[in-house]
Amino acid sequence: MLETTDVAETNAPTETADSAAQYRAVVESHDNSARSDAEPHPHDRTESMSMENETIKLEVENLNLYYGEKRALNNISLDIPEKKVTAFIGPSGCGKSTLLRCFNRMNDLVDSCRIEGKILLDGDDIYRKSVDVAELRRQIGMVFQKPNPFPKSIYENVAYGLRLQGVKSKRTLDTVVENSLRGAALWDEVKDRLHDNAFGLSGGQQQRLVIARAIAIEPEVILLDEPASALDPISTLKIEELIYELKDKYTIVIVTHNMQQAARVSDYTAFMYMGDLIEFGDTDTLFTNPTEKQTEDYITGRYG
Amino acid sequence: MDITSHTHHISQQYNIELDDIKTHLAEMGGMAERQVNDAITAMIEVDLEKAEQVVHGDRKVNSMEVSIDEECVRILAKRQPAAGDLRLVIAVTKAITDLERIGDEASKIARQAIALSRDGAAPRGYVEMRHIGNHVSRMLHEALDAFARLDLDVALKVVQTDRTVDMEYSTAMREMITYMIEDPRSITRVLNIMWSLRALERIGDHARNIAQYVVYLVMGEDVRHGSIEEIEEQLGQDQEDGE
Repeated sequence: MLETTDVAETNAPTETADSAAQYRAVVESHDNSARSDAEPHPHDRTESMSMENETIKLEVENLNLYYGEKRALNNISLDIPEKKVTAFIGPSGCGKSTLLRCFNRMNDLVDSCRIEGKILLDGDDIYRKSVDVAELRRQIGMVFQKPNPFPKSIYENVAYGLRLQGVKSKRTLDTVVENSLRGAALWDEVKDRLHDNAFGLSGGQQQRLVIARAIAIEPEVILLDEPASALDPISTLKIEELIYELKDKYTIVIVTHNMQQAARVSDYTAFMYMGDLIEFGDTDTLFTNPTEKQTEDYITGRYG
Repeated sequence: MDITSHTHHISQQYNIELDDIKTHLAEMGGMAERQVNDAITAMIEVDLEKAEQVVHGDRKVNSMEVSIDEECVRILAKRQPAAGDLRLVIAVTKAITDLERIGDEASKIARQAIALSRDGAAPRGYVEMRHIGNHVSRMLHEALDAFARLDLDVALKVVQTDRTVDMEYSTAMREMITYMIEDPRSITRVLNIMWSLRALERIGDHARNIAQYVVYLVMGEDVRHGSIEEIEEQLGQDQEDGE
């Protein structure tokens, strides 16, 4: 465009200054709307999340899981990044809850369950014989779909894990209970009735109480199995807000049927189908431009 | 990824809603195309009646934009579309903005045609008008066609053609200037033609934008503001990644 101006100006005799000025106005207004080199290059967009920049908390390596003869997980390999939220989505029976339960060896409780492959927590295999399962479950806490407070007071629910560990100091317990309840965004609602029975709380409050109980023993990883599916929309939003705050301190893995919830709360999403890991990637990409057709069909609500 | 069909949702109603915005976009595109072609004809044939029709018809284009926009907002609010569906809704909301602008440009050309039918035909510029007009009108047609059929090749061709149109526009400008210098009495009328050429060039830009939304819709790649070489490189890489 600049060359055009040069050529034209040499063509334009100076005595017709008016025409030249008009011409320049036309050419310049055109130039302004035209693309210039100063505009950002398409690759300059903000980079989305990338696994390469993450510290890996949990590694799953070639994991197969059988219930009796039936294979429920097929050769799953994925990395769970530290202090991020990773969501597992997929239709019922795809193996997402089964996979979640592998992380704190909840499947040990099922007799017919057999596992091949490895899961590493900070590089150590959690299925080694020498692993203390109780200690593992302290490091990797879990919250279930249905809130399951103990039939005790709010205070005792949160203090329970510490009492099991032998903590007796009232001052320590008071501090931990308050901090945990604050951490679970429940403190303001219950501070005046800490010694009331936990069953008196609403479902959403009970779920946050259970999360407070989980964080009281300072886990490193929190597993959430459909934490909001039994809650009303407002309580659901409170739990989601809480998840966002918790990821500053903890690595979070969440299983959810609610795809919009996965899209809202997670940094990474894994889509599973029939025991296979179909696609795993950063949530922004997976929900706008997934690689696999199966993923696209599922998240857009099409027939599989 | 196969997104050639926005059907097969479990919700039939959702299929219908997505189908509707595509159909309505095509209708609005057809309307904008007619406006552009009529404006060019009105200009070249100095046809006052046709020019007035175009000016009047712009209101219809505007109201189509508003109603399709409403449909898209409704889908976003109620369906929370994801992936290809989301890209479709976004691409449609963007494309209708460009179509509405195209309508405005067509009506600008028609106004110049009305001025010229009053002051007498311009001495020059009709050849350029017809030539660039043909180019731009084909670009618009192909951009809409690419959108309807999700045809990446046609979309890229439209992006390429825009560069030719820009060059032809510059050449035409230079000729008009030379003519005005030679015969200053004709300046007003030649300017009418120049504004019309400028409007055509803008229509070309909007058609190119629509073609770029097609690339976004099909590939999930935002290729605005890139040169054609950069776009092809970007797409080439993706295709290799996909294999």
